[in-house]
Amino acid sequence: MNLPNAETLFETLAERIKPLIKANTAIVGIHSGGAWLADRLLPILGKDLEHGILDVSFYRDDFNERGLHSETKPSQIPFDVQDKHIILIDDVFYTGRTIRAAMNELFDYGRPASITLAVMVNRGGRELPIAPQISALDTDLADSKNLQLLRHKNGTFYFTLEENT
Amino acid sequence: MQNPQLTNDGELKHLLSIEGLPKRILNQILDTAESFVGVAEREVKKVPLLRGKTVCNLFFENSTRTRTTFEIAAKRLSADVITLNVSTSSQSKGETILDTIDNLTAMHADMFVVRHAQSGAAHMIAKHVAPHISVINAGDGRHAHPTQGLLDVFTIRKYKPDMHNLRVAIVGDILHSRVARSEIHALTTLGVPEVRVIAPKTLLPQDVEKLGVHVYHDMNEGLKDVDVVMMLRLQNERMAGAMLPSSQEYFKTYGLTPEKLVLARPDAIVMHPGPMNRGVEIDSAVADGSQSVILPQVTYGIAVRMAVMSILAGN
Repeated sequence: MNLPNAETLFETLAERIKPLIKANTAIVGIHSGGAWLADRLLPILGKDLEHGILDVSFYRDDFNERGLHSETKPSQIPFDVQDKHIILIDDVFYTGRTIRAAMNELFDYGRPASITLAVMVNRGGRELPIAPQISALDTDLADSKNLQLLRHKNGTFYFTLEENT
Repeated sequence: MQNPQLTNDGELKHLLSIEGLPKRILNQILDTAESFVGVAEREVKKVPLLRGKTVCNLFFENSTRTRTTFEIAAKRLSADVITLNVSTSSQSKGETILDTIDNLTAMHADMFVVRHAQSGAAHMIAKHVAPHISVINAGDGRHAHPTQGLLDVFTIRKYKPDMHNLRVAIVGDILHSRVARSEIHALTTLGVPEVRVIAPKTLLPQDVEKLGVHVYHDMNEGLKDVDVVMMLRLQNERMAGAMLPSSQEYFKTYGLTPEKLVLARPDAIVMHPGPMNRGVEIDSAVADGSQSVILPQVTYGIAVRMAVMSILAGN
């Protein structure tokens, strides 16, 4: 697979999310890649849009094997989740376990009217009945590959693709 | 010698004392606690991290605040919590501590939170338990009270984020205080440049300077320009030893009044680990005043204990 151009995909993603924004919509980025995306989407989608960040460390299903990540960041949901249409944003969709954790956490803040999942890349490899409604790129990567979104100092995005060791 | 609190990879396995813990681990606990503060402000004040785990609070010595906040912390992590006031249970029938521990282990306990009047009790239990079990020291004799030390530095960091530029004064009965010892180790490890202790000679341990603190006997000198005033409880139960003339006399010399507090920096915060003796070590006008962060200390104590428990359970 050729490495996708992250900036082009970002524009595609923004175009696809735009029509979903209505009154009562909020966007929530998943730490860290999804939070970076949400950060740059905000001026495009509307600066007044309610927004937040989730760090799903406390909801992961592999805590017993891996323990707590040493760089846990506080989740910040500074708006009332109750009855909101939430667009959950992440960089790479893989097994679906992160999204399950994120949804569990969101429901501890309240009962949203709906949750839509928007990701930059759907890399295949789903292990749960969860899938993104919006993706800028769908592909099929082997389990041995690790596709990661990173950010340059100037805020622009790029991907790395590595072999898992 | 291997630190009994750490795994072979240098991760926290038991929390027994702040002494000897690297700055990296203290910061990991404080940063994780930061994430737990928000949990208490949500609709559902719970996360599923310790679901299916059993935490045993073993209090061989009385405590209300510490016991309650450990219990709340474990419950907010979704653990099942058993609190035993052992002073009123089988110990009084003659069972040894380690037998009590073995029995609770046979009931599949995963974590012990231990308070004991004897210094070293938590260490002894940590050495004894099976490898999958973690032990948290919730206060042992005069030795250590690490989660109190941690919640105190967490509170300081909240109000005074630049720890490398602080003057902190700890006032009162340093000699009998496990809290003071834990605070001093936490503050110096985190790089607070000036830690003062203010107390009469009779309430200071010998060689206290070796802990890296500046010693003052006069409050008017010691409080000058400090950013944080940490009051300690005068342990009335030790007054019998005639270490002090009277509690009124003590209040006159070492009690924190509004008049003495003006010597500190105008934005100084006032802390107390509780329980307070109003009119003995602290004046009500200070305890309830605008510079007091005594109740936030209690609130942050829950987040800090959640952080410690979840880090231990994951290592």
